[in-house]
Amino acid sequence: MSWTRVCEIDDVEEEDVIGVSVDGQDIAVYRDEDGGFHASEGHCTHERMLLCEGLVMDGIIECPKHNGRFRITDGKAMGAPVTVDLRTYPVKVEDGEVHVDLG
Amino acid sequence: MSTSADLPPDVRRIVVVGAGECGTHAAMALRDKGFAGEITLIGRESVHAYERPPLSKGALAVDELALVHPWTPEQLEQARIALRLGVEVTDIDLTAGTVTTSTGPQGAGEVVPWDRLLLALGSDPRRLEIDEVTYLRTHEDAEALRALLRSQGHLLVVGAGFIGLEIAAGARERGMDVTVVEAGPRALGRIVPEEVAAQVSALHDAHGVSLRVTTTVAGLRRDGDGLRATLSDGDELVVDAVVAGIGATPTTALAEAAGLVVDDGIVVDAALRTSDPRVFAAGDCASFPDARSGGRVRLESWRNAHDQAETAAASMLGQGKAHVAVPWFWSDQYDQMLSVAGLPGTGERSVLRHRDDGVLLHLGLDAQDRLVHAAAVGSGASVAKDIRVAEKLIAAAVPLDPTQLMDPGVPLRSILKAATA
Repeated sequence: MSWTRVCEIDDVEEEDVIGVSVDGQDIAVYRDEDGGFHASEGHCTHERMLLCEGLVMDGIIECPKHNGRFRITDGKAMGAPVTVDLRTYPVKVEDGEVHVDLG
Repeated sequence: MSTSADLPPDVRRIVVVGAGECGTHAAMALRDKGFAGEITLIGRESVHAYERPPLSKGALAVDELALVHPWTPEQLEQARIALRLGVEVTDIDLTAGTVTTSTGPQGAGEVVPWDRLLLALGSDPRRLEIDEVTYLRTHEDAEALRALLRSQGHLLVVGAGFIGLEIAAGARERGMDVTVVEAGPRALGRIVPEEVAAQVSALHDAHGVSLRVTTTVAGLRRDGDGLRATLSDGDELVVDAVVAGIGATPTTALAEAAGLVVDDGIVVDAALRTSDPRVFAAGDCASFPDARSGGRVRLESWRNAHDQAETAAASMLGQGKAHVAVPWFWSDQYDQMLSVAGLPGTGERSVLRHRDDGVLLHLGLDAQDRLVHAAAVGSGASVAKDIRVAEKLIAAAVPLDPTQLMDPGVPLRSILKAATA
């Protein structure tokens, strides 16, 4: 495992997403309504839009452009126009900081 | 997805005229919906569908123009879509059920029969009655415009709408002096409420753009290497180039000649069907009944092109339902995003929401306090999220509490959750 610190927990509001860059790679970091953190690749699998501009509601991230929907816990594509799941990454929270394992 | 058993048996051949994003999306959607017959997609441009929005935005800032194609040629081929690019449709024969194409790079003109016809003809930039002016619609136009932009010199932009202001921002970022003249009393008069437009004008002012409202170009003539523009107020400007973004007119000549009903766009019903029940129209060229205001509208927007492509594809296969998508528009200028949901001017009263991060959101409510229109400007992520929530609130069409909408401390999404619970 190789953990990278990506942000503090307060950087992400509940039911929201921010974009971070790790070694030039765009990552989306989500906080769900129960305070849990999740991470995925930063772009929609459909047309490479930045997901951090999308809306998180009820555990689903919606791409800002074509409204493609993915489940934030496992990246599952929830139907047209998106058919390819998002790659997700393990997340841990320690001392108020969020770490992601990009493998 | 439906099975082919659900599809009308008399529909075996579908022709789509217009191979831009709308027509191509519709062709692909026909396959997604289970249509197994022949699809012919005919376009007058010589390249397959590409995104137009970047042409007035990111494309002006980069050195090489790389077109963004939503579908690859391989995807279109796999979907068995017969592409005819670089040809014009010269005639629609409603009695025979055919279209005739001009001679093109792929060979002689042909007569293509159809059982259902979709017109996704787009629109053409409105033109000034003066020469030496550049317009923006196609990738070729974008190349011509890019060639005019440089790190110095003076660009005159005619029209302070989305396209004009995006070009102004792009030219400023390249280093040019920019003057924008606008015939109306303010920027963005057609689509954005006054308060939001004022913030956009201030943004351009801060970036050094000279915006002159209630001003037009009265004359333009060559003067050495430059152009001398005479403005309606008598002022003269010597500039290096003039570009106009003064709206667009729907491309309807073909439909009119065929005898279809045309009135500022090809007139369609809620299922996007024209006055001939076998013929449909979608995108910039279609005038359709808006589900919320009850008025007839024609939308020139990227999202509408895609939304109506879906509706039209379903309608052609007899799976049609009324087109109810909430209109949505966006513009990128400098580091800011401007976005609009719903139709402007359809509200009875308005509410302003000033976010701490500088985002200004204007919300238009109808007489029952239902949201009908929203416009926001500010940093991209906040604007995109707020407008997306607003779009859902417009679709929900339930009465809302104006004091909550005004209060940036009450998240819009919690208002949405309460409204749709």
